[in-house]
Amino acid sequence: MDMDTADMTDTVNLREELEAVGIEEILTQLDRELIGLTPVKTRIREIASLLLIERIRKRLNLTSEVPTLHMSFTGNPGTGKTTVALRIASILHRLGFVRRGQVVSVTRDELVGQYIGHTAPKTKEVLKKAMGGVLFIDEAYYLHRPDNERDYGQEAIEILLQVMESQREDLVVILAGYGDRMDKFFASNPGFRSRIAHHIDFPDYSEPELLAIAELMLRDMNYKFSADARQAFIRYIALRRTQPLFSNARSIRNALDRMRLRQANRLVADLDRVLTADDIMSLEASDVLASRVFLKERPIASSA
Amino acid sequence: MRITQGCFSFLPDLTDEQISRQVQYCLENGWAVNIEFTDDPHPRNNLWEMWGLPMFDLRDAAGVMMELNQCRKVYGDRYIRLSAFDSSHGWESVRLSFIVNRPKDEPGFRLERHEVSGRNIRYTTKSYAADRPEGRRYG
Repeated sequence: MDMDTADMTDTVNLREELEAVGIEEILTQLDRELIGLTPVKTRIREIASLLLIERIRKRLNLTSEVPTLHMSFTGNPGTGKTTVALRIASILHRLGFVRRGQVVSVTRDELVGQYIGHTAPKTKEVLKKAMGGVLFIDEAYYLHRPDNERDYGQEAIEILLQVMESQREDLVVILAGYGDRMDKFFASNPGFRSRIAHHIDFPDYSEPELLAIAELMLRDMNYKFSADARQAFIRYIALRRTQPLFSNARSIRNALDRMRLRQANRLVADLDRVLTADDIMSLEASDVLASRVFLKERPIASSA
Repeated sequence: MRITQGCFSFLPDLTDEQISRQVQYCLENGWAVNIEFTDDPHPRNNLWEMWGLPMFDLRDAAGVMMELNQCRKVYGDRYIRLSAFDSSHGWESVRLSFIVNRPKDEPGFRLERHEVSGRNIRYTTKSYAADRPEGRRYG
């Protein structure tokens, strides 16, 4: 009997394997819906391939160990860390490396308590909810406060590390945060660094990518740019990028929300006008150019 | 004498794998699982002490098993049971309860006959374990 099964499974059809788990679908969806981020996508493909092979190896009894799947996502704000974490969870779920595939997204507040004895139950509560899925800790470096040695964050870190090590088959932890601060965090908590298998760095978006993101977002909301507005928005991106507190896709989304506001305002200002569906859908150049970002440009342009 | 309370108590003790499957069944029904322990095995003692809070919003049995193992570390010499609470309207009560840990040695109960007026007799069951103070009843 054992011999039979061994014979049957000795040859493996990768294509069938891949289709059986359906991750190719998620990966192409990732390619389609996430603009740019090429290094991230490559990395995820690599991880997915590794896990696929690992799964086959497990079936052939070539390995019994659970691979370490904890990850850290570093990158500037708005580069898609949370979105990718959700996709990773469904990839891991399809491959059977997490049993339920839910993502529990937390920050320091949900892990660290207010007084002595508060932290451990709180952290455990979160861990229990995340069991069988992915625990996504956003801005993980806030867990460690080097300036306050009595901070309860350290307690949460210890519990996390313990569970990350002892219950690898039950839970995948993804830490996310801005690059430089995460580096400092890992430097002061070497335990974390060594327990994390995959460090993925999210690059900033280029200007054409940001434009593509904006158009994708608009399409999802059933809006579109007029030709002028599109040109204006290209200028908007170039200007906004140089300003402080630029957070990539998030800034773009906020800008689009403000433009929708201006568009609505413009339409409502003229109550007697009969609107077509096209009018309601399209953002005009004036909606874009009213942005504060252009204020700084004008004096320079006039002086030049 | 082996205590038989709750579900599965006439079966051999459940293995951790079996407990985990039962817990998963509870979670999939949307019930909150509680861990309770006691060292007073009297059948009328239905208020056992709770280990932590009821576990709402769990998706996977691993979380309950983690708590159960911690409870066993501290109260491994006592009775531990899991109960599943259904909060849905109309139920709002415990749907399933079963013992997951018991002392090595269960001394059982004695029957006391209390002779009262006339030739009447009143009966009381007392557990031998409860003769000793709380916390020192089993080993």
